[in-house]
Order: sequence, then C-alpha cells, then structure tokens
Amino acid sequence: MRVVGRVETWRTWLDERLGTDAVREFLRRKEVPLHRHTVWYYFGGMTLFLFVVQVVTGALLLLYYRPSAEAAFESVQFIMTEVEFGWLIRSIHSWSANLMIATLFLHMFSAYFMKAYRPPRELTWVSGTLLLFLALAFGFSGYLLPWNKLAFFATKVGTDIAGDVPLIGRFLLRFLRGGEEVTGATLTRFFGFHVAILPGVTTIVLTLHLILVQKHGMSIPPSLEGKSLPTMKFFPNFLLRDLIGWVLAIGALAALAALFPWGLGEKADPFAPAPAGIKPEWYFLFMFQTLRLLPAKVWIVEGETLGVTVFLLGGLFWMLVPFLDKPTSRRRSRFFTGVGVVLVLYIAIMTVWGYLT
Amino acid sequence: MSEAGAMAYRRGIVLILVLAALSGFEARAPRAQQEKDSCVECHATLEGPLAAPVEAMREDIHRARGFSCADCHGGDPSRDDPLESMDPKKGFVARPLPRAIPALCGRCHSDAEFMKRYNPALRVDQEREYFTSVHGKRLRAGDTRVATCTSCHGAHGIRSAQHPLSPVYPLNVAETCARCHADATHMTGYRIPTDQYDRYKRSVHARALYERQDLSAPTCNDCHGNHGAVPPGVASVAHVCGHCHMRQSALFQTSPHKAAFDAMQLAECVYCHGNHDVLPPTDEMIGTGEKSVCVSCHPPGDAGYQAAERMRAMLDDLARQLERATAILDRAERAGMEVSRAKFELSEARDALTHARVLIHAFSVKELEGVIRPGLDVARRGYEAGERALAELNYRRKGLAVSLLFILFLAFLLYLKVREIEERR
Repeated sequence: MRVVGRVETWRTWLDERLGTDAVREFLRRKEVPLHRHTVWYYFGGMTLFLFVVQVVTGALLLLYYRPSAEAAFESVQFIMTEVEFGWLIRSIHSWSANLMIATLFLHMFSAYFMKAYRPPRELTWVSGTLLLFLALAFGFSGYLLPWNKLAFFATKVGTDIAGDVPLIGRFLLRFLRGGEEVTGATLTRFFGFHVAILPGVTTIVLTLHLILVQKHGMSIPPSLEGKSLPTMKFFPNFLLRDLIGWVLAIGALAALAALFPWGLGEKADPFAPAPAGIKPEWYFLFMFQTLRLLPAKVWIVEGETLGVTVFLLGGLFWMLVPFLDKPTSRRRSRFFTGVGVVLVLYIAIMTVWGYLT
Repeated sequence: MSEAGAMAYRRGIVLILVLAALSGFEARAPRAQQEKDSCVECHATLEGPLAAPVEAMREDIHRARGFSCADCHGGDPSRDDPLESMDPKKGFVARPLPRAIPALCGRCHSDAEFMKRYNPALRVDQEREYFTSVHGKRLRAGDTRVATCTSCHGAHGIRSAQHPLSPVYPLNVAETCARCHADATHMTGYRIPTDQYDRYKRSVHARALYERQDLSAPTCNDCHGNHGAVPPGVASVAHVCGHCHMRQSALFQTSPHKAAFDAMQLAECVYCHGNHDVLPPTDEMIGTGEKSVCVSCHPPGDAGYQAAERMRAMLDDLARQLERATAILDRAERAGMEVSRAKFELSEARDALTHARVLIHAFSVKELEGVIRPGLDVARRGYEAGERALAELNYRRKGLAVSLLFILFLAFLLYLKVREIEERR
C-alpha cells in the first residue's frame, strides 16, 4: 500500500507539472483499426526504431571517429579492429541505415497506395516526404565519412550530379565540396551535415510528423472507409506487437553485423584512378541509372541537367501529391494509383538494371 | 697503291659523287614553299611505283616542315619539261645509291645550325654514329646490303620516331630490325643467327613492351644502340644490362663471381640469364635443382654449391611463410574481418623477398640472411594476425548464436504477453 501510495504521489507530482495524465488518457483511448492492410502500419514504427538505433550507434561512433582526411579512415579502422565491440556498433550503424531506408520506402509507398495523405493528413505526408529527403541526405553524407576509395569516388560522382542542378548547380557543387574538388574540406562539411545539421532538422520534422500522426490517428484505406472495423488498443496491444518487431530487428541487425560485417575497403586516394564500375548506394541507383541512360544532349539541354531537373520536379510533385489528388474524383484518384505503380516498377527495374550493368 | 691509299681514293670518289649529286641544291631552303612543283604535279598523274612516293609523302614529316622531292632528289621542279626538271646537270638523282644515303640525310641532319631551325632537341650525330656501327663499317667497306637510314626510317613517308606508325617507334623497332635479321636469305654470308627476333618475342622484355605496352621496356636498339648498332661484347654487356638493372649490376661487381667470370671470359649477366630470350627470373635458377644455373660451374660439395643450396632454402622459406600469411589474411578478409592493416604490414615481407631476390647477385649467404630474417618475422606476425582474426570471427559467431537465443526468447515472451492480453479481453 505504501508503494502504491508513493507511485500515486509521483504521478500527481508529474501530472501537475507536465500534464502526463492527458497523455496517459490519450494512449488509453488510442486505437488501431484492424483490416487486411493493418500490417503496413508497423513499418512507420519500424523506421522510427531503426532511426533510434542510428542515433544511439552514431553517438557511440562519435566517441572514436575523427573527421579529417588524414585521420578518418584510420579512426574507422581503429573502431573496427581495436575498440571493444566497435565492429558491432559500426556494422549495425551501416546495416541499420540501409534497413531504415528500406522500411521508409515501404512505409511511404503503403501510405501512398492506401491514400493516407487524404485530408486532413496532407501535412503528415509532406513532413513524411521531407523525412525521406533527410534520410537520403543522411545516407549520402554518411557514406563519405569512412573516407575510403569507393566513398570518395561515389561522392565525387554524386556532387558532380548536384552540379547539374539548373541555376544553382555550380554554387551547390562548391557548397557541398567546400571547393572545386572532393577534399578533406568536403569530409569535414559532410561530417557537420551528418551529425549536427541533419539531426537537428530531422528532430523538428520528425516531431511534427509524429504529432500529426497522433493527432489524426491511423488512416483507413478509402475502400474500407465508412465500414465498421474492429480495432485494437494502441497501448499495450499494438505497441507490444511493435516491440516484437523491434526485438527481432535487433536480432537481424546483430546477425547481419556478425555474419556480414560492413567492409572498410581501401583508404581514399585523390590521385588514384577511379575504380571501374563505380556505383552509388542502392537507394540512389535508380536515379543514377537513369542519368547514365540519358543521351549527352536532349535537344538543346544537357542530358544530365534534364535528368536532374526531372528528378527535382518529381520530388516536388511527390511532396505535393495530397494537394493534386482529389479523393472525390475517381478518375484522378485512379490516375495517382497508376502513377504509384509505374514509379514502383520504374524504381525496381532501374535499380536491378543499375546493378547488373 | 697501299690499302690505306686505296681506301682514301674510294672515299674521295664517293665524296665527289655525293657532292655532285647534291650540288644542284646547295641552298637548303625548303622548296615546297615555292609555288610550282612539277615533280608532284607529274607523278600524281602516273600509276604504280612512280605515283607511290607522292601518296607516301602526304604523311612525311619533311613535307610537313616544307621540304619537297627536289630537296633530296635534286632537279628543277619549276620546269614542266621532264628533260629539264630531271636534268642530271641540275643535280637530279632518281634513286640515291645506298652508300650515298647517310651523307644525303646527314647533309641536313648532321648540321646543328640547320637542324635548330626545325627541331633544336634532335641529335645531329646520327651519321657519325652510324659509321661506328657494323652497318656503317660494312657499308664503307662496299657492302650495300646493310641497313642505311632509309632501311629503318623509310624513304618517303618518314614519320617522327615518336609517331606510333613510325617503323622506329619502340613497339615497331624489333619488327623493323627483323625484316633483315630474321631473313635467313638476306643474312646469308654474315654468319650470325637469324632467330634473335623469335627469341626476343619470348623474353620478359618483349612481354613488358607488347603486353603491358611499357614503352620504357628494352627493344633491340636499347641494348645494341640504334644508329651505332653493334653487338655488345663480353666486356660491355654488364654495362648494357646495368643501365636499367643498376642494383643487380652493382651487387655483381662486388661479388666473388666478378673475378671468376672475368678470368673465364664469361659475359656476366648473359651467362645466367641469356640475351635475346631473357626469361622472367625464378627462384629455381638459384640452388642445386634441375633448373639451377649455379650447378653449371659448381660441382656438388664445393663451397659455392653449398651456398647456393642455402640461399635457395632461405628464399623458399620466406616465400612459403609469406604465402601462408597471405592466405590466412585473405580468408579472414573474405569472411568480412578488417585485416587491412595486417595486410599492409605484410607488404614489408613482400618487399624483403623482392630485396632478397635482388641481393642474390651479391652471392653472399650472410647478406641474404640479413634481409630474409626480418622478412620472416613480418610474415609470422601477419600469420598470427590472421589467426587472431579467425578466432575473433569464431567468437562473434558464437556470441551471435547466444544473443539470438536471448532475443528470440524475449520476442517469444512478448508474443505470449500479447496473447495473454488479447485473450483476457
């Protein structure tokens, strides 16, 4: 009784200061609709979990990582060979980054096909697409940090592509590289983006995204809208199921790290020739392959400039989908589903093609 | 008339002939700059061999610099009448004789003042050097079958030696020499072999030149000279090889073999490595095995025989330890372990082996040991690093199995909890 009484006192104390009872009440009432597409609801939570893994392992890597052209490779080598469980932390960080992008894509496309962006969830979608761009920026900036040969040349190619952005391309290239070439200055910059700027911006956008998800609740696919659906309590039922997924994800990450440790390769050498068949990370491959297939000149425009412009406009279009798709118009709604199917097929085909060539 | 007198007389005749041939074009200003060139106009309309020079000259470096037919053949290209334009009185020579060719080319190419106007970097001693070569000496002696300037460089369509299509471009030199030297009919009477080209093509030098396209790899002229081509003698062959293989040559000079080879009149490098068909050296060349070159002089039991045996054993030992360490580190790397530092450090052992193979030319067991021993230490450390990496891999796998057991158990407990909650509802 004394213990219960003390817990009650603490609860009251916290509630008076933070309003925790309102949160408790919200969680108690929060429900998840059950239907044949419920499984897709887990991918948002999984992406969030993998992001937390990134934050934790990233913070641990920061204890030993040194962001300079002279020391970066050696410090990662030190982490991989000398630091107790350093190999595990670094491999998990790399694997988790890739799995996070994968689950993010699944979460995004499931939301897209279930038309979860319908009013009033437009801003949830917009914040979600911003998180996608941030995740890609995390991937691009983090890839360079071990300062190995592959990363060096992939960054060279990647920043070259950024240089093709119309109007601001030249500025963007110099801004990203910290000069004309990929050098130690680029590494320091990318490190700054990766551990300070991107996490800061992501925290804000992610908080907004999560608040919006809580505010509007889970979206139900249009085909099931209006039907009476069974529900499941978010807390503890859905959260416990989420937890099972997260625990299994830890197992998967541990297995990947132990069985397929993330390689380090050779130290970057700016004077060495670029290795043959240089390719970006898999999530950039569909764009890279497209640029590779474009002719040098399309009418009067440079092929790469055209490609980059199309991708930028595509990204903008993707972000603004909630404002363009009208749920009341069946034709338009079908058109957007078609766009999604074509995009998924395009990404899949280009990625496979990019890998095979 | 004495022999020397006859020689001087012959030289005088040749000189007069050449001077007569050249007197028509004393002033060597390029004629192509003149408007009229009846040689080209007329020969371009002819067929067969009479038109071929016009076609070939399109690519010629002399033509590109403004020279034309009459600059070498004489005559008067401003005249249309063939009898006038090709008048021998105007210095016209249809086909310069082989013995006149060095002087004909040398008229410009030996003139430093003149050559400066076109290519200040080009040497001007080719003609002088040519007459120090076997070719030049034989030509002077009246042998007109030997190579002169045009035999190697061509007559019409001469390209810069740096042009890949030039017959004297490094990749083409051996074929150019082989045109005569591999032709048994042409070489009849010279009493030298005709298989040098075939043997050279098998050599490590030819592989470097043709397969790796390494233009610094030696071809015929790098050892024999080009304009002054001679076979290097016993005394000079070591200098020729040592031009590139400096360290080996220097070591040999200080070795006990130097005095012995000199006493036996053996050509230093060539005796063990051969000449045209120098093959990639192998460790088998040293020691007392079947392919050893040591045993051709050292009988079993003598000090040299024992030293050869010992040196071979040391080389083999380091090579074996190095291979063993590389194999285990490769295995660990394939399994995903980070062993790049150990692999990098192993390069010291590889360097030691390379150094030891060069040091063989000092033929000193003690000196060799001084390099082999540290190499063996590095190889041992590399192997131990590989062993540690594999042990670590094993530890990780076991750790993973145990962790997965806990993780799956935890997931199972959570599953039971979910079921329990849902059943309670």
